[in-house]
Amino acid sequence: MKNQTKKSQLIWGLIFGIIFGFLLQKSGVTKYDVIIGQLLLTDFTVLKVMLSAVITGMLGLHLMQRFGWIKLRPKAGSWGKNAAGGLIFGAGFALLGYCPGTIAGAMGNGYLDAITGGFAGIVIGSGLLAAVYPKLSTGIMKKGYFGDLTLPRLARINEWIIIIPLAIILALLMLWLETAGL
Amino acid sequence: MDWLTAVEWSPYAAGIGIGILSWFTWLISSKPIGCSTSFARTAGMIEKLFRGKKVEDKLYYREVKPEIDWQWMFVAGIIAGALISSLISGDFHWLWVPSTWQSAFGDNPWLRFLAALAGGILLGFGSRWAGGCTSGHGISGTMQLAVSSWISAICFFIGGIAIAQLIFKVIP
Repeated sequence: MKNQTKKSQLIWGLIFGIIFGFLLQKSGVTKYDVIIGQLLLTDFTVLKVMLSAVITGMLGLHLMQRFGWIKLRPKAGSWGKNAAGGLIFGAGFALLGYCPGTIAGAMGNGYLDAITGGFAGIVIGSGLLAAVYPKLSTGIMKKGYFGDLTLPRLARINEWIIIIPLAIILALLMLWLETAGL
Repeated sequence: MDWLTAVEWSPYAAGIGIGILSWFTWLISSKPIGCSTSFARTAGMIEKLFRGKKVEDKLYYREVKPEIDWQWMFVAGIIAGALISSLISGDFHWLWVPSTWQSAFGDNPWLRFLAALAGGILLGFGSRWAGGCTSGHGISGTMQLAVSSWISAICFFIGGIAIAQLIFKVIP
């Protein structure tokens, strides 16, 4: 029985992935030009997709958690892990022009730079990190450790006092992008 | 059903769709949307082909098992979903050199291949260093209000914007 649930979860993973890939392709973010346009601040499609997803997801997930339907798992982190790793990621993001999710979409879209060098590079880079992980995990990744902290716990206030204003601010940001013609 | 075959949707519609999708990945699979761990599992599976079972003893692969899991199938699904979407809208194209790259660096596919390879290495390394990517931290983590994910997502864009300016405004 347990094996069967595991198998059915793999199928669910595939189904959810197909929907995600479909949505990514329709939004345009499987394209190098759209992603580089975002990093050059000339095309804000990536930000619009991400912010609409974050607002929708944030409201729904926290409501579902309140009803006891799901239990969220915010990732633990540290400055040495998230800031340093994030900046390296950013450099790769700019040079490659795809991220790990959108590159899978770009591969389905037929983009050969993604299928060949890009995909191989991400696998190699991940393998390299695995090789140096024992050193990093006891060194820089421990610097500034804060665990699985969330913004409401950091501010010591009820989560909805963050969620509602944040949803409004992010929506206003998108409205501003539209009025500015971006 | 014209909307299914449209080349492009409003980014807001697609984004809201992704947000709703995340409700269901949590409800049905108890999983956040994420991608980059699967590249690490793939690296481990390839390493296992050459070096055998002892790869599983590496500290990293003890934490991230080199095997096919929910997220790995999810990433495989992305390829299929984007293929379906682009085929039915006629937006599928074999393409080596994207136009923004071409206008700055020419149409040599080898140069673009090498840049993608180098960029991919940095991206893979950085995503596993930070413990997530634009989906795992940028979308799923920020919506859970995780401090680790907000820091990561902001740093993805700080690094990305800075290096993109360097590549396209300073170098050419």
